[in-house]
Amino acid sequence: MSLEEKTLHINMGPQHPSTHGVLRVELDVDGETVVRAKPIIGYLHTGIEKTMESKLYYKAIPCTDRMDYLAPMSNNLGFCLSVEKLMDIEVPEKVKWARVCLTELTRLNSHLVWIGTHALDMGAMSMLLYAFRERESIIDIYEACSGQRMMSTYFRIGGLAQDLPPDFDKKVRAILADIPSKLDDYETLLTNNEIWINRTKNVAVISADDAINWGLTGPMLRGSGVNHDLRKDNPYSGYENFDFDVPLGKNGDAYDRYLIRLEEMRQSLRIIRQCLDGMPEGPYRAHVPGVVLPPKDDVLHKMESMIFHFKIITEGFNAPKGAAYVGVESPKGEIGFYIQGDGTNKPVRVRVRPPSFVNLAVLPALTEGRLFSDVVCAIGSIDIVLGEVDR
Amino acid sequence: MGLEEKIPDSVILTTLDKMVNWARKRSMWPLGFGLACCAIEMISTFSAHFDLSRFGMEVMRPSPRQADLMIIAGRVSMKMAPVVKTLYEQMPNPKWVISMGACASCGGVFNNYAILQGVDRIIPVDIYVPGCPPRPEQLMDGIIKLHEKLQSESLKDAREEWGRRIG
Amino acid sequence: MAFEDQLREFMKSTLGDALIREDNFREQLSFYIKPEAIFDLCQTFVEDSSLDIRFLKDITSVDWYGHEDEMADGRFEVVYNFYSLKHKSRFFVKCRLPEDNPEIVSLTPLFNAANWLEREVWDLMGITFTGHPDLTKILTADDLEGHPLRRDFPLTWEQPKFSWNMDDPPEVIK
Repeated sequence: MSLEEKTLHINMGPQHPSTHGVLRVELDVDGETVVRAKPIIGYLHTGIEKTMESKLYYKAIPCTDRMDYLAPMSNNLGFCLSVEKLMDIEVPEKVKWARVCLTELTRLNSHLVWIGTHALDMGAMSMLLYAFRERESIIDIYEACSGQRMMSTYFRIGGLAQDLPPDFDKKVRAILADIPSKLDDYETLLTNNEIWINRTKNVAVISADDAINWGLTGPMLRGSGVNHDLRKDNPYSGYENFDFDVPLGKNGDAYDRYLIRLEEMRQSLRIIRQCLDGMPEGPYRAHVPGVVLPPKDDVLHKMESMIFHFKIITEGFNAPKGAAYVGVESPKGEIGFYIQGDGTNKPVRVRVRPPSFVNLAVLPALTEGRLFSDVVCAIGSIDIVLGEVDR
Repeated sequence: MGLEEKIPDSVILTTLDKMVNWARKRSMWPLGFGLACCAIEMISTFSAHFDLSRFGMEVMRPSPRQADLMIIAGRVSMKMAPVVKTLYEQMPNPKWVISMGACASCGGVFNNYAILQGVDRIIPVDIYVPGCPPRPEQLMDGIIKLHEKLQSESLKDAREEWGRRIG
Repeated sequence: MAFEDQLREFMKSTLGDALIREDNFREQLSFYIKPEAIFDLCQTFVEDSSLDIRFLKDITSVDWYGHEDEMADGRFEVVYNFYSLKHKSRFFVKCRLPEDNPEIVSLTPLFNAANWLEREVWDLMGITFTGHPDLTKILTADDLEGHPLRRDFPLTWEQPKFSWNMDDPPEVIK
């Protein structure tokens, strides 16, 4: 760098503790002010869309978990709903309620990791330890349901992988009793903490019109005061049966997004409680022979079910020619699956509308002209997961 | 009992190998470096519930120059592979590598154009931990296995091996 | 269904001949239009406040390679996903592009969201967006040649081969 040059070129990442994975940001700074920020992504490009196109519809479900690995159930739900729309399958009530319950737990899970890592970036180390402690209890429920801690792959097309475990109700109620007080603890640690307010208030601000123009979704959009939540606006999987509020922000800054995510966790708990109270009885899979896997019990005892099971696993089912899209409100924003069938057993195109990818594009607008230290806060408040940004 | 009787209580006899390995084992600093899903399980392992500090290795170093254990937590893409190699080369000797999860070990479910089919194609790996992602207990087991492996190393062999790796 | 009728009317009056056909698969509206008309259409979306279509949610593409019947219309399909916040409704606008030199006008002057989405489509599918300020690789590695999401691009080059013959294990085929 010669003396005449005013700006300094800084490379942040891909190995950097506060880029939440392998994000790389090229920064031009003039003293402490960011002149230009350029996110460079693709360091975790996995080719998931291409891989899913090469698989049968059922066998593509595990790939969805590995995109947004903090909210695997939301991804499963989006994919399953899209295929169900493509195949025109109606799922039983119990499946809908169980799915809602588990995706809301997923929202809790994702927001807990977010609050832990974001606070760690801002210098509050202990939040990470607290948040991961609470997360373990949710992970335990995943494990009880599906046998896996993180990559549960619990939803199937037309139902669930297996019935809910017998002590599901008890375990989830234990979480419901436990987490509200923990959330209050977080609030005492952060909400009125002067350092926290100084680091997040009026940082990474975006106005409502800009947010829409950038295509933001999720807490990023609602932080700017735009009331758009797919659970309310285009209810899927029976969300119209539940009573909950959509928190909105005013200033569109990082602090508002923090408050929104905290409130969303409380609303999720509210939905989960309604789920448990009204959980209907019934089968855990739809009865659509040849498309939906028959229940495991039948497979072992009925000839016909076994044949269908075998056929679905080896050959899959033929989807009609047409495209189906369902967007679901994942913790990060709208995750949508655009699936183009062509009459064969493999999709022509599986497109994932990635919320983090679209939200991350706004980073230059949030940080340019601001202080260098705000970059970390902006990245944290967008709540990115690189697995889903890069896919 | 021969020589032992002549030595005062406050003196312990050991080999240099054993002592050095013991010291290294008890102060292993991992590189704070996560790639994908496994990174979350790695953080779980380091945080309160599983508490890796029981093994003297809770200090995550953000800089490769201060670290001596690299946990490849997640899939390594073709774009990331040169970065991983650079990071490995920046770490001072002695250094160890744990390949965590199916993707890092062999590409996992992603046998495609974008993913490196096993991180051992670019850097030497000491321990492979299977699973997608491995449970924290599995990672801990891998780390303990690495400790055992370390315990049986001798300085002479290690020096020769590093020579080979560098050479 | 008031919004859908309104939208149909709007599309017919704005596009005229440029509207090829519409499709209502599983109650999901899609309009197939000529690619030349996309920019003007989006401009009217942004300016017309009665429909309130300001939200470009997604841009994606489909490759119809290997489907003879579809290839006649053009190999590539660019899919725009629009959302109306006021009417809480979603619809798709689709354009078909020819196999050689697929090109379409960039929407970046109208929607900031289009910037990265178009870069991704270009990187993975090889559709050029004219007028895009920075049409460079976004996801794939710098040394990767070609566009991976095209259906004639191989999923993988390496096929692992398994054998019980421990004495003479097969090499990985490249």
